[in-house]
Amino acid sequence: MLVQYFPGDSLLHRLDPRTKVVAVLSAAVSVLAAADWQGLGLAALPVLASLFLTRLPVRVFLHGLRGFWVLLAITFLVQLFTIPGEMLLELGPLGISRDGLEAATLIFLRLSLLILAASLLTLTTSPISLTAGLESILSPFRRLGLPAHELAMMMTIALRFIPTLLQEAQVLLKAQRSRGAHFSAGNPARWARGLLPLFVPLLAGALRRAEDLATAMEARCYRGGANRTRIRTLRFSSLDYAAVGVALGVLAGTLALRFL
Amino acid sequence: MSPIICAENLTHVYSAGTPFEVTSLEGISLGIKRGEFFAIVGATGSGKSTLVQHFNGLLTPTSGKLWVCGVDVSGKKARRDLWRRVGLVFQHPEQQLFEETVFEDVAFGPKNMGLPRDEVRQRVIEALQLVGLDPEQAERQSPFQLSGGNMRRVAIAGVLALKPEVLVLDEPTAGLDPRGRRQLLDLVESFRQKQGSTVVLVTHNMEEVAARAERIAVLHKGWLALLGTPRDVFNRAEELRAMGLDIPVAAALMRQLRDAGLPVRTDVLTNKEAEKEIARVLTSGCRQAGTSSP
Repeated sequence: MLVQYFPGDSLLHRLDPRTKVVAVLSAAVSVLAAADWQGLGLAALPVLASLFLTRLPVRVFLHGLRGFWVLLAITFLVQLFTIPGEMLLELGPLGISRDGLEAATLIFLRLSLLILAASLLTLTTSPISLTAGLESILSPFRRLGLPAHELAMMMTIALRFIPTLLQEAQVLLKAQRSRGAHFSAGNPARWARGLLPLFVPLLAGALRRAEDLATAMEARCYRGGANRTRIRTLRFSSLDYAAVGVALGVLAGTLALRFL
Repeated sequence: MSPIICAENLTHVYSAGTPFEVTSLEGISLGIKRGEFFAIVGATGSGKSTLVQHFNGLLTPTSGKLWVCGVDVSGKKARRDLWRRVGLVFQHPEQQLFEETVFEDVAFGPKNMGLPRDEVRQRVIEALQLVGLDPEQAERQSPFQLSGGNMRRVAIAGVLALKPEVLVLDEPTAGLDPRGRRQLLDLVESFRQKQGSTVVLVTHNMEEVAARAERIAVLHKGWLALLGTPRDVFNRAEELRAMGLDIPVAAALMRQLRDAGLPVRTDVLTNKEAEKEIARVLTSGCRQAGTSSP
């Protein structure tokens, strides 16, 4: 995932998860639809305002972007050097055109905004409320045979066990290193074989845990989505209506700029 | 003789420089003698596991010094080779098995040492015999078919086969039944005597260390709270209790008897000692009673 949930009490933290999912999706469409500076500026406004409203340190967002720097750098460079046009700079076989520079900057900003918007969601929404929100959004499709509750439960469980698996992997790494295992270098085949001491026990542990979890859920009479109620029901507040309104307004604006 | 492990003001901080910074060890200074049976006890979260992971170079001190087998562990090269001399058995080591056969799993460490084939074989057979498993069966059996107790034996054999100068065990008896515990500690003791290795045992079970350890270090919230012989340490029951630890049943019994008015010594460690001491006090008491009555 992008970035971990950062507990807090900001305006964004208090929004209904469904609001945030809808807002992020519409922000993504706006960012992608924007073809020029005006459109991108309009699409960026709510995202940047939301960053400010989380009252989280900027460092946190930069950290989220850092994970994607390879993607950002490659797309930027490819656009920069491959688009023909009025040349600004020539470096041997490579050249940078005015159009290339503009396109590269646009795509860089566009991707960054997408990543930031998505990290806004994961930073301010706990995994549990996020899956609750998704389940609620998907529930109308249950009639078409979509197992909304089961999907949400699977997501919750997967998210829940990521830290556990990471921790276990760390212990295994240390334990096997204590027996002289080395996990670096060598040719690919050797490197892959070197990972067996890590992955076999990790998998065995995951299977064991899955079985335990299934038993524990059965012991509590868990029966899928059959008429389950929630301890915390989702409720839209006026704040949520306002947020959805802004998001859809911006979406309409960018689409209008693009297509009208 | 200089100590085989020597820590000077060792401090370890996890995630230093981030908001998640946690000081796990603070200013630990201690020396473990060559060939000693040394115990490290402490409540959960006292830093025991963190401390012993320094001993084989998995962790480096944030500040302070640590010498192991005469080597300063702050050197990267030295640290990387430390596993050959210091064997570390992790908590729940049975969860680290991965090979197709028990034999292959135990051979993993010796193979990584780069030993010749027959030497590897010899060591595996020895280690398996030491933990009470049949080497012949081990060549056919998958470690995943074994019972939990036997899986742990295999995992421990995997470290014993390294023939380490220092054997460190992190709560090796957790989750074993009483007989399993006793057998495990017995085999550690016999390995120590056979190899002349130093043993460092991490535990929070006081009974285990009372009878076996030569010295005990008590950690509390990352500090070295007490260090001494079992007798010294268990004589300070109030302090131990305040740290969430207990004293052996025999010592606790003697304290209660003393509080009830029986003039017994309280620095006993094992049930046998307690039995003797009670018998001594009772018979001498009877004799006194006998002489005083006409």
